[in-house]
Amino acid sequence: MRPFAYERATSVQDALERHSDGAVYLGGGTNLVDLMRLGVEEPARLVDVAHLPHDQIELRPDGSLVIGAAVSNSALAADRTVREGHPMLAQAVLAGASGQVRNLATVAGNLLQRTRCPYFQDASKPCNKRDPGSGCPAREGEHHNLAIMGHSPECVATHPSDMAVALAALGASIRIQGRAGERTIPIDELHRLPENEPERDTTLEPGDLITAVEVPPLGMPSRYRKVRERASFAFALVSVAAALDVDDGVVRDVRLALGGVAHKPWRAWHTEDALRGAEMTGESFQRAAEVELGVAEPLRDNAYKVPLVRNLIVRTLTELAERGAS
Amino acid sequence: MTDRVEGREKVTGQAKYAFEYPAEDVAYAAAVQASVGKGEVAAVDTEAALRLPGVLAVLFWENAPKLGEVSDGELALFQSPKVSYRGQFVAAVVGETLETAREAARLLHIEYTEETPDVRLRADHPGLYKPAKVNPVFPADTEQGEPEDAFRDSAVRVDVTYTTPAEHNNPMEPHTTLAQWNDDGTLTLYDSNQGASTVQATVAKLFGLDPAQVRVVSPHVGGGFGSKGTPRPNVVLAAMAARAVGRPVKFAVPRQQMFATTGYRTPTIQRLRLGADEDGRLNAIVHEVFEQTSTVREFAEQTATPTRVMYQAPHRRTSHRLVRLDVPSPSWMRAPGETPGMYALESAMDELAIAAGIDPIELRVRNDTDREPESGLPFSSRNLVACLREGADRFGWAGRDPAPGVRREGRKLIGTGVAASTYPAYMPPNKATARAEPDGTFTVRIAAADIGTGARTALTLIAAEALKADLDQVRVEIGDSSFPKASVAGGSGGTAGWGTAVVRACEALRGMLNGSVPPEGLEASADTAEEIRAREKYARHAFGAQFAEVEVDADTGEVRVRRMLGVFAAGRIINPKTARSQFIGGMTMGIGMALMEESVMDAEFGGYLNRDLAQYHVPACADVRDIDATWVEESDPHLNPMGSKGIGEIGLVGAAAAVGNAVHHATGVRVRDLPITPARLLDDF
Repeated sequence: MRPFAYERATSVQDALERHSDGAVYLGGGTNLVDLMRLGVEEPARLVDVAHLPHDQIELRPDGSLVIGAAVSNSALAADRTVREGHPMLAQAVLAGASGQVRNLATVAGNLLQRTRCPYFQDASKPCNKRDPGSGCPAREGEHHNLAIMGHSPECVATHPSDMAVALAALGASIRIQGRAGERTIPIDELHRLPENEPERDTTLEPGDLITAVEVPPLGMPSRYRKVRERASFAFALVSVAAALDVDDGVVRDVRLALGGVAHKPWRAWHTEDALRGAEMTGESFQRAAEVELGVAEPLRDNAYKVPLVRNLIVRTLTELAERGAS
Repeated sequence: MTDRVEGREKVTGQAKYAFEYPAEDVAYAAAVQASVGKGEVAAVDTEAALRLPGVLAVLFWENAPKLGEVSDGELALFQSPKVSYRGQFVAAVVGETLETAREAARLLHIEYTEETPDVRLRADHPGLYKPAKVNPVFPADTEQGEPEDAFRDSAVRVDVTYTTPAEHNNPMEPHTTLAQWNDDGTLTLYDSNQGASTVQATVAKLFGLDPAQVRVVSPHVGGGFGSKGTPRPNVVLAAMAARAVGRPVKFAVPRQQMFATTGYRTPTIQRLRLGADEDGRLNAIVHEVFEQTSTVREFAEQTATPTRVMYQAPHRRTSHRLVRLDVPSPSWMRAPGETPGMYALESAMDELAIAAGIDPIELRVRNDTDREPESGLPFSSRNLVACLREGADRFGWAGRDPAPGVRREGRKLIGTGVAASTYPAYMPPNKATARAEPDGTFTVRIAAADIGTGARTALTLIAAEALKADLDQVRVEIGDSSFPKASVAGGSGGTAGWGTAVVRACEALRGMLNGSVPPEGLEASADTAEEIRAREKYARHAFGAQFAEVEVDADTGEVRVRRMLGVFAAGRIINPKTARSQFIGGMTMGIGMALMEESVMDAEFGGYLNRDLAQYHVPACADVRDIDATWVEESDPHLNPMGSKGIGEIGLVGAAAAVGNAVHHATGVRVRDLPITPARLLDDF
C-alpha cells in the first residue's frame, strides 16, 4: 500500500478545504480501503467525512425523508420510518453486503462504490475505467455478471449498489456541497453511463461532497428483489426495485429500477410509461418489460440476464399487484 | 460426544497460529507475482524499492541462493528467470514492517519478455498425454473385458459428458511461515501446514540441511483442505528471506495471491458411458477423464478411480489424460479424485436410472458388489446399501414420484436427489511415543496435525482408551517435527495412521508399567510400518449416501438446498461430536461445488481471475439450511486397532451429485457443467 495522509474533517467547509488534488473522501472505507490495498486506488490523502454531523434520518411532514450522508447502512435499514414508508429501500440495503460491512458503510459511500468488474480490480491488467485508454478486456473476457444495457466499447462495467437501485426507483435527490455552493440533483443525474469516459462513474466535480439524500414520499406497496448466486453476501446478477399502485385492475402509478444491468442504477422509464394506465395482468407486465429490454445489448456470456430481467419484473409486479388487490 | 480439547484455547484467542508467534527483531516479507502469463523476467529494477526507508532486501532469481532439488517445481523459488504462469512468485521484498515490504514490492519494476500462454483445457488439446500414474500411485488407465462392444450392445445406455471447473481450497488461515535461523545454523519454522514432518524433510533438502537441523512448529492450523498437505512457496520464501537479512521473517500469502500459488483442483472434462440391461444391471462402464497440470509440476488427479471401486460390471474402462498448460499447479483439494469423479459417475447413474425407469436407489442396490470390481479383492466391509436404505427411511424417499419438473410450491420447483459416496480407508505408517509421568499423567507425542478436524481430541480419546486412563490424565502433543515422524493430515488417513501408532505406543507403555513410575518417567515408542506391511489384502473403503431436496425459482433459476442428509458407513466413529462436524462440513462444500464454486481462467492474460472471497463464492450460512449427517454402525476387524475409517473427506464425495440430481428432479433440466448457476439454468428453462 502506498503511503497516504489521513485527515479528519471537522465541518463540511473544512472537508472541502482539505480536499485537494489527489485527495479522496473517506466514509466507511469498506470499498475504498480494499481498493487501496489492491493498488487500484492510490489517493495521496484521505479526508475522513464519516464523522461529520450527517448521521440523522429526518422524516418530514409530507412523508419524505432526508437521509444524512454518513448514516450507516445498518442504521438506514433498521430505521422504523424507512421500513414503514419506504420498505423497498430497507430491503435493498439489507440485501447488500454483510452485517459487518453494513455497520461501517455509509449512505454516500454506498452510492459512490466502484464496480466489481474483475479487470477493474486487478491493477496488473488493462481497464479503461482504472487506466483510461488501456482497453477493456471484459468485453471479450469474463463478463457474465457485467452490463447488458447502456455500455460502450470502452466499458461494460455495472454499478454494484443495491441501495442505489431502490433510491433510483424512489426518484431520490442527492444534496451536494460543492466549491461553488450547494446544489441538489436527481439520482438519475448522479451516476452516468460510461460512454467514452468510463473513468467517470458520476457527474460529481472535484471536491463535491454528498451531504444528504432526499427521498420523496412513496405511498404505494413496494419491494426490492435481488437475484444472486448464493443466498447472502453476493452482488446482484440482476435486481429490481418496484412500487406499484393499482386501482380497480388498472395501474395508476409505478416505479421501477434495475440493478446489475448497467453502469448506473437503471430507472426503467419505458416500462413505467407503458404500464401507467395499463391493465394489471401478467401479459401487460411482460409487454412493458420487453419495452425496456428493447435497448438491451447482451454480451457473449450474459444474455441470460435478458430473460432474467423480464421474469423478475413480471414476478415482482405480479406480487405487488396481488398485495395491492388483497 | 467429547468437546475439542483445545476448544477453550481457540475461542479465547490463546491458541497461537503461525503468524502470531512473537520473534525478536522480526522482519516481514512481501511477494511479487508475475504479471505476464508466460515468459521470462528480463530485468528487475530494485532501485526505487531499496531506496524506501525500512527495506532490508530484495530477492529474485539473480541474487537468490541456489536451492537443493526437490520434486515439486513450485518450491524452486527464484531459481530461474522463467515465468511459467501468471501470478507465479518472481521476487520478494523484506522490510521492517509489512506495509513497507508491500509498498516496496509495488515499487519493484520488473520487465518481462512475454509469450502467449496456453491456458484452456479442452478434450481435443493436442498436448494431451497419458500420465505414468495418477495421484498418488494409481494406474492412469484400466480396462477389463470389451467395454466398447458391451456398451454398444447394452439395452439401456447413457453417454454423457460433465465438466467441473477449477476450484480453490481457500482455508481461512493463509499459508504462513515465521522463519528463524538460529546461531548454531539450525532453522526454526512456525508454519501453517498439514504435516510438520513433511515440511521438515523438504525444507532440509532445499537448504542443504540435515532434517534434525530443521524444526517445524505447527500446533494449530486454520484449515488446509489439501492445500497445506505439501510445503508451499511461503515456507521457502520465509526461510530464504530470513537467511538473507539475518533476522526472523514472517510471511503470510495474501488471499489474492493464494489463487495462483497455493494449489487448487484441476478443471475436469469427464465422459461417462454406462450400459445396462433392462433391469438396470450394469454391463459396461467407461469413464474417460481430461484434466490439466502445469509446466512446473505434474499433478494428475485420480478422478476416475472411484469408478474402479463402486459398481459391478463385467466390461469396464477408465482413463486419465493430462495436458501441461501455462497455469498454476493444481494439487490436492478436498478429496481429490473422488470429488469430481463421483460427481460425474453419480450424476450419470441418476441419468441411467431415469433411462431405465428404475428408482435411483434401487439401481445402486442392484449394482452393489462384495468384491472391489477391478482388483477382485473382497471389501473389508461395504455398507453402501445400508446407508442408502437408512437414508431413504430418514429422508422420506418412499413414494417419491420420479417425474421431473412437476412439483411446484408457488413459483418454486421442488425436487429430491440421491447419490452415493465412497472414500478409501488409507492407513499410512507412523511413529509415536507414550510417556508415563511421575505425577500419574501420560504424555503422547506424534508430529500429527490438527487442521481444525478435531484430530487432537480423537487422538486423546484413542490414547486414553489404550492406556485405560481418564481423558484428563492424558495429554496429546502434536504439530511439532521434533515429535515422532507422522504422515500428513490428508487422504482422510490421520486418525487411522496416527491413531494406530498412538495405540501401539500406549500398549507398549502399559507393558512397562508395574506400579510406581520413576522420577524421570517411563517412555515407550512405536513404529507401525511393519504392521501395515503385514496387513491382509482387502479393499478398504468407506461408503455413504447423500440426499438433497432443492427448490429452484422458476423465474430466476436460483437454487437453494432446503435440506440435506448424509448417511455414512466409516467404521467406528471415534468422537461423534467432531465427526458430525466433519461430515456436514464436507456436505456444505458439496453445496458450494454444486451451486457456486468456480475459478475462472483469464483466457487472454492467463491466471485465475478470482482473487478474493467476494469473487470466489463458498456457501454462506444462509445457503446451509437443514443439514444433517448420521452413520450406520459398522464393525470391521480388518482396519486398525480402533476399527475406524477416515471421515475427513467422504462428506463431500457425492454431495454435489445429490444436489445436481435434485435440481434435475425439480426442473427437468440436466446441467452437466458445474456450478449450476442461474445463468446455466435459465439457458434451458
